[in-house]
Amino acid sequence: MELLSLGVRSIFVENMVFAYFLGMCSYLAVSKKVSTAVGLGFAVIFVLTITVPANWLIKEFVLKEGALSWLGAGYADVDLSFLQFIMFIAIIAAMVQLVEMIIEKVSPALYGSLGIFLPLIAVNCAILGSSLFMVQKDLNLVESTVYGFSSGIGWFLAIIALAAIRERLKYSNVPDGLKGLGITMLITGLMGLAFQSFIGIAI
Amino acid sequence: MKFVKDILDKQRPMFQKGGRFEKFYYLFEAGETFMFTPDHTTDSKGAQIRDAVDLKRLMMTVVIAMIPCLIYGMWNVGHQHFIATGEVASLGQKLWVGVYVVLPMLLVSYGAGGLVEVIFGIIRKHPINEGFLVTGMLIPLVLPPTTPLWQIALGTIFAVVIAKEAFGGTGMNVLNIAMTARAFLYFAYPAQMSGENVWTYLGDATPVEGYSGATSLAVAYNASVEGTHTVVAAMGDSWYANLYDFKNLFLGAIPGSVGETSVLMALIGAAILIVTEVGSWKIIFSVFGGALFMGYLFNLFGLNAFMEMPPHYHLVIGGLAFGAVFMATDPVTAAHTERGKWIYGFLIGVLTVLIRVVNPAYPEGIMLAVLLMNVFAPLIDFYVVQANKKRRLKRATI
Repeated sequence: MELLSLGVRSIFVENMVFAYFLGMCSYLAVSKKVSTAVGLGFAVIFVLTITVPANWLIKEFVLKEGALSWLGAGYADVDLSFLQFIMFIAIIAAMVQLVEMIIEKVSPALYGSLGIFLPLIAVNCAILGSSLFMVQKDLNLVESTVYGFSSGIGWFLAIIALAAIRERLKYSNVPDGLKGLGITMLITGLMGLAFQSFIGIAI
Repeated sequence: MKFVKDILDKQRPMFQKGGRFEKFYYLFEAGETFMFTPDHTTDSKGAQIRDAVDLKRLMMTVVIAMIPCLIYGMWNVGHQHFIATGEVASLGQKLWVGVYVVLPMLLVSYGAGGLVEVIFGIIRKHPINEGFLVTGMLIPLVLPPTTPLWQIALGTIFAVVIAKEAFGGTGMNVLNIAMTARAFLYFAYPAQMSGENVWTYLGDATPVEGYSGATSLAVAYNASVEGTHTVVAAMGDSWYANLYDFKNLFLGAIPGSVGETSVLMALIGAAILIVTEVGSWKIIFSVFGGALFMGYLFNLFGLNAFMEMPPHYHLVIGGLAFGAVFMATDPVTAAHTERGKWIYGFLIGVLTVLIRVVNPAYPEGIMLAVLLMNVFAPLIDFYVVQANKKRRLKRATI
């Protein structure tokens, strides 16, 4: 029940895009077609589900104050948490490389359409953000897996909804100055307004 | 009518290309086609549709369908005013108070929104049509009768500019415009949009002893917090005799936003929309179905009094009926595919009840449920179309 509540909260209430506005660059850039957005969304879910627990392990057994005590009593007061950012980013970059290789092998078409944005997941702030929130929220291993997975789902929902709206925008007559990113920012804001419906839900 | 036509025809050259008021052509055109059927026809290449009903007449049908709600809403504003002050008043007096309160709201909403629409129409050279008459009427109907007029103007302008004109005008928006205005005001000025003191117009009068301006939703929610009564018992125990009994909730003589209280009037509107095929009956039915389904599901859990409330009460409290009939059916922002409409409506019903019962931050869910499903409607359509393609491809290869 606790885990379900955490999952629902991080999909809807604390949605990465609409509550924290994280991961905006790929969210705005790769949302022109639903099929590409679905691909990137799955990649983000996958990366998040792996990196958040992986980073949890790193934090728990390497970085935290006293985490290295398993090496021997002499290491009991070593505190490496100042290395947190750089370690997390290294883990994320490694995982993204892995995903890239898998996608290239499994679906070359998707690999082609994602293009440069796939390596860019490494710098997608939603990914680093989730790992940092994981530290802040003081989750355990199972919780951080659920948290990573459901944050990914939340981001996935946001990007495919935006992509579907942008496909429909073909029929709209957007003023020249607003075309492209301008109107997309407006839509994101309006979507955020609609997502307000979940703020405050406590299950 | 001939002489009106003659006057218009005489003015026409001034507004056409090369005329003095060339810039204002769309303003002139809007006025002309408001009264007369436009004479421009499709050329031989386009799709040929022979029908007297165009976008303008369609929008007017919606306006007509809303008039019962508007008039009943006016009466109800007066009715609530007089039962709160404890005076006995005639039908005429009640209506008068209602007109005095609601008419300025309506005029401000039409004035502010219409002005924005005309400015955009002239600068961006797109026709101005009756779509705004619908939005401009919906906005006051979903607001509490005590809303300050400047807030109505602000909300209307925000919604028309950001949610409609930025997308290119009528028929191109993503979110329902009236709901955007309502949500904007709700988040910007929560003090004037929620609580117990905004739903009844009091004016300078002092209310009677024991008066409470709580809406039916607030009564149900409070009952679940206190946990001593069932919701039905709490509703029976109102400060004014029979204020929240089922019949009264259905008729709509209860505190609430101007036009949303009466289920009966919303159903009359629904009948008009369904018979003229302007609104989709699928959406209306599936919203009610979704709300009932979620109500039953909560009954199974039964964790608090609100969850135990009989599901049919969900259909008569709050603005569900009004929202289902006039908000969810908006043909632009709803799902466009037929199967998508069932899913879209059903999810609105489910989400409305879900937000009502489990989200303490919002007493009413229909507004945000409609907005949220507006966001997801294109996605529903996308997958319905994909499924259809797949099905037909499969059939083709066999």
